[in-house]
Amino acid sequence: MATMRHDERQGEASEAAPQAPRGGEVVRRHRLSTRIWHWVNALALLVLLMSGLMIFNAHPRLYWGEFGANFDYAWLEIGQRGNAGMLRIGTWQIDTTGWLGIWTDQDGVVRRRAIPYWATLPSRYSLADGRIWHLAFAWVLALSLLGYLLWSLVNGHLRRDVHITREEWRPAHIWRDMKDHARLRFPTGAAALRYNVLQKLAYASILFVLLPLMIVTGLAMSPGTDAWAPIVTELFGGRQTARSIHFLCAWGLVGFFVIHIAMVVLAGPFNEIRSIITGKYRLPRERLSKERDA
Amino acid sequence: MSKLILSRRSLIRTGALGGGLLLSGCDKLYQQPGFRSVLESGENLHRATQRALGGQALAREFRVSDMSPNFRANGSKEGAGDEYRRHLAQGFAQWALRVDGMVGRPLNLPLTALQSLPQRKQITRHDCVEGWSAIGQWQGPQLSHVLDLARVSPAAKYLIFHCADIYGGKPYYESIDMVDAFHPQTILAWQMNGRPLPQEHGAPLRLRVERQLGYKHAKFVTRIEARDTLAGVYGGKGGYWEDNGGYAWYAGI
Repeated sequence: MATMRHDERQGEASEAAPQAPRGGEVVRRHRLSTRIWHWVNALALLVLLMSGLMIFNAHPRLYWGEFGANFDYAWLEIGQRGNAGMLRIGTWQIDTTGWLGIWTDQDGVVRRRAIPYWATLPSRYSLADGRIWHLAFAWVLALSLLGYLLWSLVNGHLRRDVHITREEWRPAHIWRDMKDHARLRFPTGAAALRYNVLQKLAYASILFVLLPLMIVTGLAMSPGTDAWAPIVTELFGGRQTARSIHFLCAWGLVGFFVIHIAMVVLAGPFNEIRSIITGKYRLPRERLSKERDA
Repeated sequence: MSKLILSRRSLIRTGALGGGLLLSGCDKLYQQPGFRSVLESGENLHRATQRALGGQALAREFRVSDMSPNFRANGSKEGAGDEYRRHLAQGFAQWALRVDGMVGRPLNLPLTALQSLPQRKQITRHDCVEGWSAIGQWQGPQLSHVLDLARVSPAAKYLIFHCADIYGGKPYYESIDMVDAFHPQTILAWQMNGRPLPQEHGAPLRLRVERQLGYKHAKFVTRIEARDTLAGVYGGKGGYWEDNGGYAWYAGI
């Protein structure tokens, strides 16, 4: 991959980067605001996921529409068939004994609940405590996201680093980036200062789609909010649809996390983790020309 | 290859160990009263924001065609005690709702009196704290009418709803504040889906407080008591689940 393929607008590190970096230099990559938000958000998402799974355990059935309870058809269900744990999605059903529906807790007691103890917060069943964790960290998630987005708008982070240019939207460009990713050919030198289009798409969809959807579908489940802002629930076609989307988006975030961690490991975990803690990042050296032309 | 498998296995082991430590750490942290009360104070934030943004907004009402074909009953499915069973057998003909506490005129209202007050009929969605919802039609007098009849004191801050059901060995009760008490959709429902309230849904009378979760909608209501504090009533937190299960008193979210 050629290094200076894109236009010359530079990323966050531009202030500290030397002229025409060729790789090997240590630059400032992530701003303080980005680093703080990243870790606050990571903590909030972990707590929200695990406490959310506890809340899900209180009624592990999902519906479409405005209402839905035990007499109504659930499109997803985790439960038991006799002494076997099961997950059912539509008409597809698998045995999940030991993992979902029926599992053994930390004291060796067999429990008949949907999500096992090691994935929930608290680890012992308590809808009340799960809700206390969840609803407190929902504020952390929402307020930190709002603050980060506003600050990133002011300091130009969104425009410079996340905004996807017309050139980058071209299918050929996206396809080339996908091929580079599939071959694990990550940008080097100056190109590594900037996010490529797949990174931009991933981060933009987290910032502007998945996280806001989590917040809005969460609010759509609140009977208080539904009174003063009925549009929030109506937008999704009902409270139970909002609950289903809340659940699906949570797994979308888990999917992002898995890819995110895989990319950190592949791109050099020490350098990547240092950059999101201290802000310092060593630009990957450019490949030998023979390799680059391949 | 065996080296790779080994390292993968140790990776999984490390991950499981780390996760376990994290979990027990979170559980331990939560047992600290200071930490827990910080998390619980989220409830005040919810109430303040919802009230500020919502004011006296009405809960959404639905059409007959939107109703759940089968409305799930939850919690106590029957009232407790000989007195309740006698009233049930008599079709609640001798039954009366007691309204007392900080009121100018304590009342004993028979079912017929509640039925002859101006009625409100509403089709609303019942949202359980567990996550499920059901849509049903409710009818009864607005609570505000009953409170006006009883000349509730301006100094009263809460209404306690004493109930005839025993859940987990303890009497059920609930409470709301005056904002919800005077909300137009807060009714004392004696009718559900066009028929007298069935026992499993709290016959003869249940509270509907539409902007909050299901556990606030006390069933089998026998007495409404106006008070200026929740302290001194049962566990002091304003409701059965608040006292015994750690649920939030404000259940608008």
